[in-house]
Amino acid sequence: MSAPAASAAASSPDSPVAPARAAWRELAGRLVREKPLGAAGAIVFALFLLCGLLAGALAPYGINETHLAHRLEPPSLTFLLGTDQLGRDVFSRVLHGARLSMIVALLAAGFSTVISVVLGLLSGYFGGWVDQLTQRFVDAWMVFPGLVLLIGAISIVGPGLGQIVVILSLLYGIAGSRVVRGAALGVQGQTYTLAARSLGARPLYVLWRHVLPNVMPVVLVLFTTRLGAVILAEAGLSFLGLGVPPPAPTWGGMLSGDGRTYMYVGPWLAIAPGLSLTAVVFAVNVFGDALRDLLDPKMRGIR
Amino acid sequence: MSGTARSGARPGPLLELKDLRVHFPLGEGLLLRRTRGVLRAVDGISLRLERGETYGLVGESGCGKSTTALAILRLLEPTAGRIVFDGEEITGWSQRRLRPLRRRMQMIYQDPYGSLNPRMKARDLIGEPLVIHGLGGDRRRRRDRVDELMQRVGLLPEMADRYPHEFSGGQRQRIGIARALALEPDLLVCDEPVSALDVSIQAQVVNLLADLQRELGLTILFIAHDLSVVRHLCRRIGVMYLGRIVEEADRDTLFGDPRHPYTRALLDAVPVPDPVVEAARAPRTLRGEVPSPARPPAGCPFHPRCPIAEPRCSEVGPRLEAYPRRDAAPAERWVACHLADAEPAPSL
Repeated sequence: MSAPAASAAASSPDSPVAPARAAWRELAGRLVREKPLGAAGAIVFALFLLCGLLAGALAPYGINETHLAHRLEPPSLTFLLGTDQLGRDVFSRVLHGARLSMIVALLAAGFSTVISVVLGLLSGYFGGWVDQLTQRFVDAWMVFPGLVLLIGAISIVGPGLGQIVVILSLLYGIAGSRVVRGAALGVQGQTYTLAARSLGARPLYVLWRHVLPNVMPVVLVLFTTRLGAVILAEAGLSFLGLGVPPPAPTWGGMLSGDGRTYMYVGPWLAIAPGLSLTAVVFAVNVFGDALRDLLDPKMRGIR
Repeated sequence: MSGTARSGARPGPLLELKDLRVHFPLGEGLLLRRTRGVLRAVDGISLRLERGETYGLVGESGCGKSTTALAILRLLEPTAGRIVFDGEEITGWSQRRLRPLRRRMQMIYQDPYGSLNPRMKARDLIGEPLVIHGLGGDRRRRRDRVDELMQRVGLLPEMADRYPHEFSGGQRQRIGIARALALEPDLLVCDEPVSALDVSIQAQVVNLLADLQRELGLTILFIAHDLSVVRHLCRRIGVMYLGRIVEEADRDTLFGDPRHPYTRALLDAVPVPDPVVEAARAPRTLRGEVPSPARPPAGCPFHPRCPIAEPRCSEVGPRLEAYPRRDAAPAERWVACHLADAEPAPSL
């Protein structure tokens, strides 16, 4: 028994400890230092999130409040982004559109990630026939083009916020399970999952305590990339008239309806929602890319 | 700890393997799995671990040592043979039924980096076995127990809030040992516990294991490819080649008078600390590679590399038999070689 032996090998007994919170702070620090573009993306997305959250308070006018004397007015101090053909304030509508986009994005990206995690972990950890069954199902699912599946499903269940969230979650969740499965396979090959089993741990315990925490970086990246994809998909559906039905303002709807009709007399009608959409999707994608770069190289970010 | 008290509760060996085999099918295709061959990782191993004994299992990489360890703990399913732990045959037991038994058989892994979850603190890692088995009482008492275990293996309790990557390889291995000890096991299977460590750290960890073995009355199956480590620690030693035990004897007999040509080659490969002697020495190094366990050679598995092989060696495989071959019961050494009586070929 040799306590001195151990302390000799130790770096120093009072070196700082690393709680989980510090790991997150470190990740945020590295994001700012190493990937400033990604950090900017995160800030832009956070701003849109805030806009969506506070749309009710920030919007100067109601979404259906018409100012018949001010129809199709270009941007001014009274109407920051101009008005549409009914005299509605475009800025207020874009803000509320942001709220809808954010709701769909967070819910659908969240649910789809949960679906991916559950399917991927079960498939990757248990392997064997469980894996075969789920993966062949995923194969079959991915054979259908996403947009066709979306349009088909919506035309069956009808448009609406809930329907869109459910269908987008399924669409992206099932496909994304591949990514989680791959990561879970990697973790499952590590000795520490074997060690946990040899201690007598039940499979669900091993999954929850050992596999899940170690695939979290992958899950985090999956979630952020899904955010962008889902926002775009919702806008696409709204553009085709299959999204949340009017009079609720959606970016996609604003683009296809008033935006296209009055493109030459009031280009701001299309520019405002179009630019918002581009900005938020670009921001979240840049952020997701940065996260992936930070977390991927042997996950040294949040160990 | 009650490890000492529990050992010796029943007569007979703590662990017995009877003709244990682990074969892996080499298949092709996913749905229509056609077996193209069989990899005989472990091909008929029998051994006994008496209570409180340290048994050394040595052999080259790929000879099936680790597979044997995993099969004993039923982390791999044995293809055939029997595993008898403390008088009970556990070979056919379900994982559910094995769970309470896992408290009594613990494993220490070769890789001190991969065997600890990088996202858990030392405290949680060492306390995990207690949590899994619902032992150790409330959080406070578990904390005390973890502190005690850390001291036991030579770690400072102040380090408990660190993550594995903040420890050195030797310290990580100590964490692994503390984890294994938390459940007060009877049997400790050490799968090359020091192979991944620096030589200077190896001695510390080996000494720690020796101390623990003595104080807690542990029974240890110590797997290694380094004969000097095994010599220091083990009373009985089994030499494995291509999934089989080719020679088994107590330490002094094996090192003093090896009878199997493979054992001799292994012993020759150990460098002598004295540089003058080492330079003058002409070790009989083995020719060739270890054959694939998927296509083991006919007859004696060692004959293609054996310096003293005769024609019959490639025809009939020798069985592990008592040596010297006499009827007097409990034999002290076992050799699987037709030419066990032959004198070693002179050094070249």
